[in-house]
Amino acid sequence: MDVPVLKQGHFLIATVQSALTDADLAQLRRSLVEQVGKFRSRGVIVDVTAVDVLDSFACRTLRDIAHMAGFRGAETVIVGIHPELAFTMVQLGLSLEGVATALDLEEGLAYLQERTTPAARKSSPLATRGAGRGPVSRGQR
Amino acid sequence: MASAERIRIRTDRDILLARQRGREMGQTAGFVATDLTLIATAISELARNIVLYAREGMLEIHLVAEDARCGLLIVARDHGPGIADLTRAMQDGFSTSGGLGLGLPGVKRLMDSFEIDSYPGLGTTVRIAKWRRS
Repeated sequence: MDVPVLKQGHFLIATVQSALTDADLAQLRRSLVEQVGKFRSRGVIVDVTAVDVLDSFACRTLRDIAHMAGFRGAETVIVGIHPELAFTMVQLGLSLEGVATALDLEEGLAYLQERTTPAARKSSPLATRGAGRGPVSRGQR
Repeated sequence: MASAERIRIRTDRDILLARQRGREMGQTAGFVATDLTLIATAISELARNIVLYAREGMLEIHLVAEDARCGLLIVARDHGPGIADLTRAMQDGFSTSGGLGLGLPGVKRLMDSFEIDSYPGLGTTVRIAKWRRS
């Protein structure tokens, strides 16, 4: 089962639409790393909203994709990990260490835009707000 | 309604099939969504261990109702090389295959019960169970 990869400006969006075998996951990894070069992409989104199981192999493959795309100059963000998956991954002791995640596609795109546009990074109202948010809640228990 | 399924595990497709059957039987047993994901993930890990380390084996899923409780009993059996050091295999972070590990401590945390028998040269049997929360 091939995962469709959509090119959206400087970003690639891979939407996993059904359960994937280990071979499918490896194919997705190969294809994304290739396409980052082919389309000179700056960012990759892997949408796992439709995925029902993220076991150790799937988790490791997602980490590999992010790291390999990183070596090719693209940021990766995993989106759509639903609550049952998050719960199970924690119980199993899995982590996506070093890999960005976002709630859904919209948040993922916003994250990539923020990270890959130098001008936006400096003047972004989001970044300013984020920086000022920390101390406000401090001291409130 | 079948109360037991036997799935031969040889390829990565069999891993998918096994966890889909587990999910279906879990639904029949009335498990909530979170538990169905836990069960499917545990099956995925055990089935992958069979493919990776023993090449082939058998996974059985039993729908069990005893006393006042209902749940799934899952048995993963292979005649592979076995595990030389079970104590180490049950430690978090222990791995024999480049960072993947057997995932056995994780599987144990996902389920209500976990038993393993392994004899070097003869094979490994893992029995896990999950009971429906009432």
